[in-house]
Amino acid sequence: MTDPTAQPSGAPPRLWVPNADTPTSYQREDAAAHPPLDSPGYKSTQLRHPKQPLVYLPQTATEITGPQLGPERIAGELDHDLTRQHEGQPIGERIVIGGRVLDTEGKPLRDTLVEIWQANAAGRYRHRWDRWDAPLDPNFSGAGRCVTDAEGRFRFVTVKPGPYPWGNHHNAWRPAHVHFSLLGRAFAQRLVTQMYFPGDPWFPYDPIFNSVRDERARERMIARFSIDETVPGWAAAYEFDVHLRGPGALPFEEAH
Amino acid sequence: MIFPSTPSQTVGPYYAIGLPWPAGPHAVPEGTPGAIRIRGSVYDGAGAPVPDHLIETWQADPDGRFADLHGHGGPSTLPGFRGFARCGHEGGDGTYEILTVKPGRVPGPGGAPQAPHIDVSLLARGLLHRCVTRIYFADEPAANAQDPLLARIPEERRATLLAQPTDDGYRFDIHLQGPEETVFFAV
Repeated sequence: MTDPTAQPSGAPPRLWVPNADTPTSYQREDAAAHPPLDSPGYKSTQLRHPKQPLVYLPQTATEITGPQLGPERIAGELDHDLTRQHEGQPIGERIVIGGRVLDTEGKPLRDTLVEIWQANAAGRYRHRWDRWDAPLDPNFSGAGRCVTDAEGRFRFVTVKPGPYPWGNHHNAWRPAHVHFSLLGRAFAQRLVTQMYFPGDPWFPYDPIFNSVRDERARERMIARFSIDETVPGWAAAYEFDVHLRGPGALPFEEAH
Repeated sequence: MIFPSTPSQTVGPYYAIGLPWPAGPHAVPEGTPGAIRIRGSVYDGAGAPVPDHLIETWQADPDGRFADLHGHGGPSTLPGFRGFARCGHEGGDGTYEILTVKPGRVPGPGGAPQAPHIDVSLLARGLLHRCVTRIYFADEPAANAQDPLLARIPEERRATLLAQPTDDGYRFDIHLQGPEETVFFAV
């Protein structure tokens, strides 16, 4: 059998020797899956969305590589547990958020950093710019990190965040959500999203949730309640799988 | 594709409680020989600074090697090289600063060398999806003139991608809209 990575004699050395675990290209962004930058219902987009068309960037070495931040970013064994970062326990409904980071082919992404942040149970963020008149919780900072295991799994323990009002329009409230930041394994896979909870009454009124035009795509941002993962007498469980774009067909694909 | 992508959502105004960390802006450790500082501001369509933006950068080392999972082209030999920087502040004023080294050349489409560049992800309240741009260097005119990607960009907009030399590095401003709107890419 011919070794596909073997070089013809006399050829210049190859910089990138792919193996089964290192894609040399990724699928192009799936425009239908993501919200348009220009979403008039979300007022802050008005002065911030670029107006010129995006320029096609072929995926080169810079885009198919990415950092491994896990070892540097994980502060300790309790970094995934937002209920044990202070002396006492935070007020609120204790929950477990478990899930997997996968690509769009269903392949697990191991050793990749997952970062979350959220409001407390009253809907208040521990941030100097959050001026909503709801109490801060001295036992809740609202941020956590973990690195996926060999099956791409992550697990957080936290309290369910509350919805909160914001100034986008009259009587505007954000549905309860947890922010997720995913590095994937390549610059091309970087994703920041928000995880929502099933049955939230604020869904029909939220321009950020509804900036994703396709209903089935919106459903992919909603966690699933899991009775099987719920820990008896301790915490309700939600499952949230995140799919980052998978390998493309060609190395160093060309513009088309 | 079997499973569609999870949709993107805005990073929001309060990302600072979760994403930045003290060494985040350092793609190389303090004291690295040849280290440079890249500073800039991010502006909206009214020309006002965007105080709640978050910048992330990713690049090769001066030998064209990455600090990635797989050691592209062999692992970087620059001590402590991370190649990734993240800069954002709880009380931001629209500016950012990263500490890094000037990247070397890495292959582009068809194996032709690209000009030195740094990939940038820009996130902010009001951006429902990251914006991707690239930092090129104004003092690399020969390499820039041969760069296959810069060649695709209308000449009058290329300057928006050129970082300008300063005393201790470069300046690279980003304009989300307006006559100086930065070139953004679809990856």
